[in-house]
Amino acid sequence: MREIVVISGKGGTGKTSILASFSVLAREAVIADCDVDAADMHLLLAPAIQRRETFTSGHEAIIQTDKCTGCGKCMELCRFNAVQEAASQNGHKVCTIDLFSCEGCGVCVEFCPEKAIDFPDSECGEWYVSETRAGPMVHARLGIASENSGKLVTTVRKEAQKIAAETGKEVILVDGPPGIGCPVIASLTGATFVLVVTEPTLSGEHDLQRVLTLSRKFGIQSAVCINKWDLNPGMADHIEEVAASLDALVAGRVCYDQNITKAQIEGKTAIEYACEAGNDIKNLWKNLEEMERSTK
Amino acid sequence: MTIAVASGKGGTGKTTIAANMAVSSPEPVKLIDCDVEEPNCHIFINPLIESRKNVGIPVPHADPEKCNACGECGRICQYNAIVALKTQPLVFPELCHGCGGCALVCPTGAITEVDRDIGVVEEGTRGDLLFSQGILNVGEAMAPPLIRAVRRNGQVKSNVIIDAPPGTSCPVVTTISGCDYVVLVTEPTPFGLNDLVLAVEMVRTMKIPFGVVINRSDIGDDAVKKYCRDQDIEILLELPHDRRVAEAYSKGELASESIDELKPLFEDLYVRITAKKN
Amino acid sequence: MKVAVTSKGVTLDAEVDLRFGRAEQFIVFDTETEKYQVVSNSQNLNAAKGAGIQAAETLSRLDVECLISGHCGPNAYRTLNAAGIRIYTGASGKVSDMLKALEAGDLQPAGAADKAGHWV
Repeated sequence: MREIVVISGKGGTGKTSILASFSVLAREAVIADCDVDAADMHLLLAPAIQRRETFTSGHEAIIQTDKCTGCGKCMELCRFNAVQEAASQNGHKVCTIDLFSCEGCGVCVEFCPEKAIDFPDSECGEWYVSETRAGPMVHARLGIASENSGKLVTTVRKEAQKIAAETGKEVILVDGPPGIGCPVIASLTGATFVLVVTEPTLSGEHDLQRVLTLSRKFGIQSAVCINKWDLNPGMADHIEEVAASLDALVAGRVCYDQNITKAQIEGKTAIEYACEAGNDIKNLWKNLEEMERSTK
Repeated sequence: MTIAVASGKGGTGKTTIAANMAVSSPEPVKLIDCDVEEPNCHIFINPLIESRKNVGIPVPHADPEKCNACGECGRICQYNAIVALKTQPLVFPELCHGCGGCALVCPTGAITEVDRDIGVVEEGTRGDLLFSQGILNVGEAMAPPLIRAVRRNGQVKSNVIIDAPPGTSCPVVTTISGCDYVVLVTEPTPFGLNDLVLAVEMVRTMKIPFGVVINRSDIGDDAVKKYCRDQDIEILLELPHDRRVAEAYSKGELASESIDELKPLFEDLYVRITAKKN
Repeated sequence: MKVAVTSKGVTLDAEVDLRFGRAEQFIVFDTETEKYQVVSNSQNLNAAKGAGIQAAETLSRLDVECLISGHCGPNAYRTLNAAGIRIYTGASGKVSDMLKALEAGDLQPAGAADKAGHWV
C-alpha cells in the first residue's frame, strides 16, 4: 500500500486543489483529507457520507460551581492560563475554566481541595467515511478551538488504510495540513512519498525549507511542485534548486490560472475544467506517479 | 490595544495585512509573529534582531535516589510522558505538555523539572517598529507553549499587531486569546468562505470583536460578501487582486512601500480598528 | 514465566495482532501453569499519544517477562526494555504457534524498534 502525502509548510499554496485533481486522475485511490482543522476537499469532491463517528480525545476540566469555594488553588497550579475568577450566582467568588485554554492535564482535578472539578472525556470532532466520484474518502471536522494533537489525523489515515486494504486499492492520497507541528507530523509518519506544494515566493521558499527538513527527519522521499510558478519564474527556478539541494525531487510546475477558482466555484477539480493549470496538473501527476513508483 | 490577524484558510494574506498595517500605522507599534511553525513576517520587515532567547517546556527528571517507585507520576500523567515502571519512572519528553503534575504529586520530591528546548523567541526593531517572533524547532510537535512565550512579549505600551497561524485549532486559539480585536482575512472563493465560517465561529465563541478583510476581492464570487452581510459582520477592507502586490510579496517586499496607493489603505485600516477601542 | 502475545482474539487459536501499542488485547500465557488470561488493551485504542508506552506499562505491572508481537515502535521498545521485558517481533499466524516457536527457541529477540514512531 502506498501513501502519498501532500503538504506545503506555508498555507494556501494549492495543496487541496491539486490533490483533488490527483484523486480524480488516480481513479483507484482512497482519499484521506487530513487537514482536519480547515478541511476543504469536500467542496470539490462532494462526498456522500456513509458513516459518521464521534471523535474523542483527552479530557476537559469543568468546575462544579456549587462546590467551588473560590480558593484559587486551580488558578495557582494551572500552567496554561485556563482558570479565571468569576462571581457565582450568590455573589461568591468562584473559579471557572476556559475550555479553549484547558489542555486536559488534570492537575486542577487532582489538587482541588473540594474535589469540585469534573474531568469528562472531551468530544472534539467528528470523522466520516464517504463515497465520492473519485473513490472512497475519509475526512473529518475538528471542533472549533480543539486541540489538534494529530490524533484525528491518525484516525483518518488509519481508516483510509483499512479501506484500502479491504477494497484492494493500492494508493492512498493524503491532503495534509499546513505548518510543521503535531498534525503534520501525524500525517507524515509511515508515508511512502511526500509532495510539497509551494509557491514562487520568499515565504514559500522559507517554509519549504522547514517542511523538507521535517520530511527528511522522517526519512521519506519528497518531491516539490511549484504552483502559480509564472508569478515569479526566477524565484521558481531558484526554489527548484533549493529543493534539489535538500534531496527533494522536482516534480513539476503548475501555472497561475484563474480558472482554478472558477472550477472551485462550480465544485469541480481543475482537471474537470478545461484549463491550462489542469494540463499542468495532469503532467505533474504523471511525473509524480513515475517518481513514486521508482522510490524504494 | 492588541489586534490579531487570523484566518481559517491558509494563504489568504494574514502576513501581508499584518506586516503592511504595522509599517503603515501613523504611530509606532509592535508586530509579533505568532505563526511559530512557519514565521514569515521577518521576510518583509527585515528587522534588526537584538535578542534571542531559547524557550523550553519544563519536563520531568526523576532522581533515582529519591524515587520509591510508587507510580503516582505515571498515574496522573494524561499524556504517557512519564511512565512508572517497577523500578524508576521513564520519561518521554516529546510527549510532555509541561503541566507539572508529576512533580506535584511525587511524595518524595524525586521529580524536578528541567527545561527542554522547543524553539526561540527573537526581539528586534525596524526603525521605530518593534518586532518579535517565535521560531519552533523543526520536529517539535507542540506550538502553543512557544506561542505563549512570544505573546508575553506583547506587554508593551504601544498597540500590538499579531500575525496568527492559519486555522481554528489550538495554535490559533493560544495566539488570539486575550486579544482586543481580530481581523479575519479571507478570499472570495468556496474554500475561503468555508474556512471563514469556521474562523467566525471561533472568534464568536471566544467573544472577541472582529471584522473581515477580503483579499483578492475580485477573483471569485460574492458568497463571502453575502455571508458577511447576512451575519452582520463588518467588512473592513476589500483589496482587489493586483499582480503587482503578488509580485512584491513574492520578492519579500512590503506592498505598501512598493505601491504608492496602498499605504493609505493600510494606514486607514489601522486607524479605523484602533478607533474601536473603548 | 509469563509471556504476552498481541492478539486479535481471546483464545490461543486467535491470530496474532501485528501491532503492539494499539493491539486489541494481549494473551498472557503462564508457561509454568499453562494457563492464560486475556488482558484488554482497549484504553489504548483511544489514547491520543503514547499507546505503546501505556501498553508496555500494563505488561510490566503484570510481571510479564516476554512480549511477542508483529512490530514494536521506539517508545514502546524503550519502555519494554526499561521494564526488563524481552521483545520478539516479526510474529505471525496464531498465538499458539508463536508460543510453541518461543519454547522451541525459534524466535529471535528484537535488537531495536522496527517501526517509526507514530507521534500520536
